[in-house]
Amino acid sequence: MLSAILVIAGLALTFGLILGYSAQRFRVEGDPIADQIDALLPQTQCGQCGYPGCRPYSEAIAAGEADINLCPPGGEATVLALADLLGRDPKPLETEVREKAVAVIDENTCIGCTLCIQACPVDAILGAAKQMHTVIESECTGCELCLEPCPVDCIEMVPVHEGIAEWRWTQPAPSPIETPLHARKQAAMQGRKSA
Amino acid sequence: MHLHRFHGGLELPGHKAESTGRPLLPLGIPHLLHVPLAQHIGAPAVPLCAPGERVLKGQRIAQAEDYIGAHVHAPTSGRVVEIAEHPIPHPSGLSAPCIVLESDGHDQWTDQGLEPWTDWRQRGARELRERVRDAGIVGMGGAAFPTAVKLNPRPGKRIHTLVVNGAECEPYITCDDTLMRQYPEAVLEGVRIVAHLLNAERVLFAVEDNKPAAFQALAAALPEDEREFIQLVSIPSVYPTGGERQLIRVLTGLEVPSSGLPADLGIVCQNPGTLKAVRDAVVRGRPLISRIVTVTGPGVQEPRNVEALIGTPFADLVAAAGGYAPDVNRLVMGGPMMGFAIADDAVPVIKGTNCLLASRPQDTPSPGPLMPCIRCGECTRVCPANLLPQQLYWFAKAGNFDAIQDYGLFDCIECGCCAVVCPSNIPLVQYYRFAKNEIWAREKERQKADLARERFEYRRLRQEQEEAEKAARLARKKAALAKPAPEGEKKAAIEAALERARAKKEAAQAEATETPVDSPDRSDL
Repeated sequence: MLSAILVIAGLALTFGLILGYSAQRFRVEGDPIADQIDALLPQTQCGQCGYPGCRPYSEAIAAGEADINLCPPGGEATVLALADLLGRDPKPLETEVREKAVAVIDENTCIGCTLCIQACPVDAILGAAKQMHTVIESECTGCELCLEPCPVDCIEMVPVHEGIAEWRWTQPAPSPIETPLHARKQAAMQGRKSA
Repeated sequence: MHLHRFHGGLELPGHKAESTGRPLLPLGIPHLLHVPLAQHIGAPAVPLCAPGERVLKGQRIAQAEDYIGAHVHAPTSGRVVEIAEHPIPHPSGLSAPCIVLESDGHDQWTDQGLEPWTDWRQRGARELRERVRDAGIVGMGGAAFPTAVKLNPRPGKRIHTLVVNGAECEPYITCDDTLMRQYPEAVLEGVRIVAHLLNAERVLFAVEDNKPAAFQALAAALPEDEREFIQLVSIPSVYPTGGERQLIRVLTGLEVPSSGLPADLGIVCQNPGTLKAVRDAVVRGRPLISRIVTVTGPGVQEPRNVEALIGTPFADLVAAAGGYAPDVNRLVMGGPMMGFAIADDAVPVIKGTNCLLASRPQDTPSPGPLMPCIRCGECTRVCPANLLPQQLYWFAKAGNFDAIQDYGLFDCIECGCCAVVCPSNIPLVQYYRFAKNEIWAREKERQKADLARERFEYRRLRQEQEEAEKAARLARKKAALAKPAPEGEKKAAIEAALERARAKKEAAQAEATETPVDSPDRSDL
């Protein structure tokens, strides 16, 4: 009886020491979960989630302070990916997904105040004091953070032109047999109503 | 020669005789030509001409800026009307930038074009490749990949075999067949040039056995002493034996590795149309401005092959084939298996247009209702890429884009065999195209996100640095104000400064007295 207790206690002590040592020895700097979350976020840096950028939001998610459905630019795909990563249930997005757009400065109205340059989270606006400013289109994330500070309202969000290069094949509709019965009934009801 | 078999495939009714009965018809010059800037895989070319400018036939009117790209040349002489978006042949039916050229009817060649090289055997690989690029040549089997890139294998990859893909396995299409019957010498000259360029040891020229006339013409044009080097091979007609990987498998028994290229096996595959274009570019100094197009199907009155300038509207080609049948309802670019429907016959012929197929409602009867997959495995049996199409279908449907890549989605050649045999009539190929597009789009988005992250982090770093510098400056100022130097030290400093000034003055005086009066550089002051 006693020897069994001693053996178990000894084992517990040994493994405890090994674990304790390796926790110190192989300590991971930073938060690997936050890094993984950050990799899934769209990096718009728009702050629509209530955090000042994607990195702070990912840290908040990792700490369990924030929900996973606060990122409108990421859309449903990001919510699903986050749910998959964290083992949480996917939730519908809080706000509506906006159309993809980039900021464009009306160069006739711009007074060169540099306020938008300071607001841009990715340094995508080029210009200097009392010089005309312009947005580098390929680097603009469409976060809209430059709209608010502009004193002359010369910045506009212009939807991204979806040309032939951006065109994609769509997913074919599934067989009507595969749609659940209640959904089919609903569709039929709606069809009757509209008729 | 011992031939091999690839997995799966289908024996389809050929429908080749319809369009081969009539001779090749060179088409005239249309009044307006729409020449798209993106006719190839890669970035669109950049226009070199302005609206209102007069251009000559063969003049380069748009230039490829990227390595993967192709130049565009004026198909005839005339005036550039505009550079604007017009519908082009594309599955989306969308518009893309085109150079609109109004022909002047003179068809006058530019005198600043490419110089004809009859001495190409003396030229190096680099020079010849440059010529292929200058002539704007792309793969003419339909994919339109820039040929100069394909002829430039990665360093360390030695090409020993050139495979000429004269299979033309898709039903109805006969443009390569016509080309090989009409211009066998030119095609063989192109073969010699490309083999010389690649320094290949042998050439395997494959022709499907449903094209005996083309095979005969090539055999007649091939000199006796060259038959060791260029081997004409008649291969069985099984769809899709004209797929690059399938053809290499049939000829050599080798499998091109997944996500690899034929160059990994030391093989390069070229279409006969491309080889003729190479020959025209090198020997005659002609850029790629026209091609042979098959106009066929039950929807046209007189199916035939025509030689059309790039930019000619499809309607002109159909008119040359006797016009539409009365009840035509569908026009497809490409063949019945891999082609796509065109909404408007005003779209122009591009470098990759091999066939126009018109059909009536009774020719493409509705396949029946769309049913769920029953896992019968027919698709797996016919898949020429040895994939599991039903698995790919499930993953595409579920949006599981990681698993679908593990199952080899990118080895799918979209030949359509699986969709043809599917008893549930599932549009399988569309699922694969959807999945491929989605994966590419996500990859692009991820790259954009990475760039934004990098820039955001750099900005944060910069801000922190500026903040720290500001704080340091403030601290220094504060420190300077807070503790003034003690009284004695200050006095000593003033003393020292006075001392230094005095010493300097004395030294200056001493120098002035020592300087000789008759110094040459002072005398003239």
